[in-house]
Amino acid sequence: MAESVAVRADGEEHEPVGFAFEDRPRPLEGVRAYGLIMAMWVRSTMAYRASFAMTLFGNLAVTAFDFVTILLMFTHVDALGGYALPEIALLYGLSSTAFGVCDLLLGSMDRVGGRVRDGTFDTLLVRPVPVLAQVAADRFALRRLGRITQGLLVLGYAIVTLDIAWTPLKMLMLPMTVLSGAAIFGAVFIAGAAFQFVAQDASEVQNSFTYGGTTLLQYPPTIFAKDLVRGVTFVVPLAFASWLPALYVLGREYPVDLPQWVAFLPPLVAAGACALAGLAWRAGLRSYRSTGS
Amino acid sequence: MRLYAVVAAGGFRRYATYRTATAAGVFTNTVFGFIMAYTYIALWDVRPQLGGYDTSQALTYVWLGQALLMSSALMGGGFESELVERIRTGDIAVDLYRPVDLQLWWLAADLGRAAFHLLGRGVVPMFLGALAFDLAFPGSLWTWPAFLLSVFLGVVVSFAIRYLVAMSAFWLLDGAGAMQMAMLAGLFFSGMLLPLNLFPGLLGEVARALPWSSLLQVPADVFLGKHTGWGLVQAYVFQAGWAVVLLGAGRLLQTAATRRVVVQGG
Repeated sequence: MAESVAVRADGEEHEPVGFAFEDRPRPLEGVRAYGLIMAMWVRSTMAYRASFAMTLFGNLAVTAFDFVTILLMFTHVDALGGYALPEIALLYGLSSTAFGVCDLLLGSMDRVGGRVRDGTFDTLLVRPVPVLAQVAADRFALRRLGRITQGLLVLGYAIVTLDIAWTPLKMLMLPMTVLSGAAIFGAVFIAGAAFQFVAQDASEVQNSFTYGGTTLLQYPPTIFAKDLVRGVTFVVPLAFASWLPALYVLGREYPVDLPQWVAFLPPLVAAGACALAGLAWRAGLRSYRSTGS
Repeated sequence: MRLYAVVAAGGFRRYATYRTATAAGVFTNTVFGFIMAYTYIALWDVRPQLGGYDTSQALTYVWLGQALLMSSALMGGGFESELVERIRTGDIAVDLYRPVDLQLWWLAADLGRAAFHLLGRGVVPMFLGALAFDLAFPGSLWTWPAFLLSVFLGVVVSFAIRYLVAMSAFWLLDGAGAMQMAMLAGLFFSGMLLPLNLFPGLLGEVARALPWSSLLQVPADVFLGKHTGWGLVQAYVFQAGWAVVLLGAGRLLQTAATRRVVVQGG
């Protein structure tokens, strides 16, 4: 299906098929292909509008239940791990929005293992389009806007109810955190996809770091064991996706002793994580052997 | 009867085939168990005895939730997407020709699946949870069979709900919406996110009366020794009552649906 659209789009530009992608630098080529495949899936989704509306609502509601759970907890307590509700809402909003952006853009990366197993991965390799772009845009699901919407609503609630002195720097921290956070989660998605070349059926492991990661970051770091906090700071750098910058905004101490400027590192950490994930993806792709049947 | 036993065994074997996937699932269950356990510790630190549980009982509840997540299909899954697909494509007509009962066939297969998931996805996370946290295991040996019976009834209720969801495909054709709604209800009203006795006021009363509480809340309370003697019988009656009502509703819907089925060419 993707092929036919690509060909048609090429046809419109009156370029010979196969050369359409070659006169651009590779990253741009990937982005363009991603856009084409994405547009195809959006069009296909919109063919069933009622179903789309239902699943969009469902996507919003299922993540909203996470926050409802926190609200229900707060019917019994005034603070969790020493954090009041607006403070937790900030952590939640940042983590949920960042993860939502990443989930929208790369949410189908867990299908790589299935494609390797059933042999459809080969189809992706023969197309004149970067494989990563094809895998990332596969089954692009617009309903995932639901999670972003819900995250932004909670983030808005936090900003309105938080009793802190907002400085321009603190305000700038919020979009910076969301964007870097999305990139860090993206690196986890891509590294997870690379791992599926090795263990095809193990795609669920990735959920521990993606869905598990965003759930973890929704709660204050004070409630978790120190080793767990160290793990998500130094090993899988999820803490940079919300905790560290958010704690700077809130003027709170991080349970692991780190200098304050670490709060400004998320963009660098995100870049590093993405570079490593890219290397992992290449290694995975190179190690791929088709079943050959 | 023998036939359904064979179908159940097939259901068990089918899911037992994917060992890597099972190991990956166990890993994920364990990670989520750890995250939830820490949030519960924070909550019970502030309010010991919340909902009638002490901290170790609350932690046991977390790990029971992870252990039963797949077995009782708290978030759906198992067979309904397959059945919906058969209804959509029309393969269901072949199923209806078979000299077996449609509902019992799928129930048997789902019980086999649940048995595998209880062993494959339930035992190991529970064990790992017990290594890391101080859990409240039953004091009496009799609690174990009592718990297993409650889990069994919970799986039957879960099946009955999912069967109703699948039947809706006869009218809706696309089961995605109904399955997603059922997943939401299952996640929230089973007590997977938070024990139902922490739900405030009317919401709590309604949640505890709904069928989904049979899936996790009731078996967990049996495990934690909250239902004993006459109370245990009442808990079973509650679960069995919902099972009968929902299975009956599924059967009615099936009868109504099969009258609608028109097979092309016949």
